[in-house]
Amino acid sequence: MKDIDIIRSDFPLLQKKVYGKPLVYFDNGATTQKPLCVMEEVRKVYTEYNGNVHRGVHAMSDQTSEAYEGAREKVRSFINAGKAEEVVFTSGTTGSINAIAFSFGERYIRQGDEIIVSELEHHANIVPWQMLCQRKGAVLRVIPFNEAGELKTDEYLKLLSPRTRIVAVTQVSNALGTVVPLEEIIRPAHSMDIPVLVDGAQGIQHGITDVQSLDCDFYVFSGHKIYGPTGIGVMYGKEKWLSELPPYQGGGDMVDRVTFEKTTYNVLPFRFEAGTMNYAGAIGLGRALDYVAGLGREEILLREKTLLAYATDRLSSVKGLRIYGQAAEKICTLSFLLENIHQYDTGMILDKLGIAVRTGTHCAQPVMDHYGIQGTVRASLCFYNTLEEIDALGTGIEKVKHMFS
Amino acid sequence: MTINEVQDNIIDEFSVFDDWMDKYNVLIEMGKELQLVDPKFKVKDYLIEGCQSKVWLYPAYNGSEVTFTADSDAIITKGIVALLIRVLSGRTPEEIINADLYFIDRIGLRQNLSPTRSNGLLSMLRQMKLYAMAYKAQGAGRGPKER
Repeated sequence: MKDIDIIRSDFPLLQKKVYGKPLVYFDNGATTQKPLCVMEEVRKVYTEYNGNVHRGVHAMSDQTSEAYEGAREKVRSFINAGKAEEVVFTSGTTGSINAIAFSFGERYIRQGDEIIVSELEHHANIVPWQMLCQRKGAVLRVIPFNEAGELKTDEYLKLLSPRTRIVAVTQVSNALGTVVPLEEIIRPAHSMDIPVLVDGAQGIQHGITDVQSLDCDFYVFSGHKIYGPTGIGVMYGKEKWLSELPPYQGGGDMVDRVTFEKTTYNVLPFRFEAGTMNYAGAIGLGRALDYVAGLGREEILLREKTLLAYATDRLSSVKGLRIYGQAAEKICTLSFLLENIHQYDTGMILDKLGIAVRTGTHCAQPVMDHYGIQGTVRASLCFYNTLEEIDALGTGIEKVKHMFS
Repeated sequence: MTINEVQDNIIDEFSVFDDWMDKYNVLIEMGKELQLVDPKFKVKDYLIEGCQSKVWLYPAYNGSEVTFTADSDAIITKGIVALLIRVLSGRTPEEIINADLYFIDRIGLRQNLSPTRSNGLLSMLRQMKLYAMAYKAQGAGRGPKER
């Protein structure tokens, strides 16, 4: 892997100072910073060839369409999908899950059917399913997790039933960092012909995801969490599912033939891409995936493991600090609380020291309820963070303790 | 002292600190001086829930002035709550309704009152004004039954 200083110089915002102090950016779980090459790529769309995709006969429309479809191919290759047709662009993870919950629900969910999610889920992988359950009179079942933050797969097996229509689980917990053993979720479901959706929002950027070897039926993620632009996301679905599902939104480009009597829909993936898509975002995402692949996903994983081990040691050495989420397999996200100190107070002081963390429930209130807490402080790291920054966090936490004791 | 005189005093008190840590240390101290809400009123009716921190606010009206007692689960929020109470408690409903709170901005704590912060403070401020409006309309000395 490239030298860390060189990697950091790829990200202009990492050089920033806040309140006169060097920025320590530990909120990568919320959004990641962008390498210059991604920004340049998006800029190039608008300065060199911008035209609407799949619409015009003119050169610029052609060039934009080509770049857009090129980005789709990059996504396909990155997640190792079988076909580019199985890769649909959306606005993000939330948009993808809502689309699937709606379309799948319209086609397959009836009263009394069951949908399984887990207690680790982000609200984005709970609420769309709850809304579907309300519409159809279906029932939501929840896989619990243990004290360490690991899913109880034995409990999961008991939840699977002939009434189960779909299982929707996260690849990695955004609040605790737990890596979910997806094979143990997918295999039993498939043995009963139940499809599985994987929420990859916190997984895609940490390690290697191969949707074919995973054999998941749907895989969704957001561009902005993998060093790409905001407002672009991906909905991968196996062709056998996508070709069965009704479109989620109607509009231009998703149709084949429109008359007032009847409309026939376009082929995959376009029938799920109504209206003008965020093609600049998609092209930027393609560049971000190139950047990640260029660094090496194995190398990123190794580096992040080192960061996790160091940060866990450093934080564990602070008396009165409890780390929430101690799964055997986790990404470099550390959720914690200091004894008798509110997470908001901790976050406010860290902010003034130039350290960006997230505080609160992390859009995962059931996880907080599990531990009976109101929220945590979350430091979510990624490959461009350094051991020195972890030391700065450690020092900052000691300062917080001193101020509030 | 008028509301604006109290605000100007607070601005003066904070003007001696350049460092954020000093400002927060002062806020922490101010939180300790807050007239705390009676525990029996620390119930849902008087809870202003933010995503980040909680604030309890209890009003009392003697027919001419409104007094507030409050609390928060986060210490820094509690300090800012104490400042808001110092400015707005013991005032007539009219004064509270018409108050233009510029001190928060001037002492550099505006981010704490931004709608996106969701720490309960902005809602608290709105709630203080709502109580004042209710008392003004009611014109009599009873506590509100519910928010």
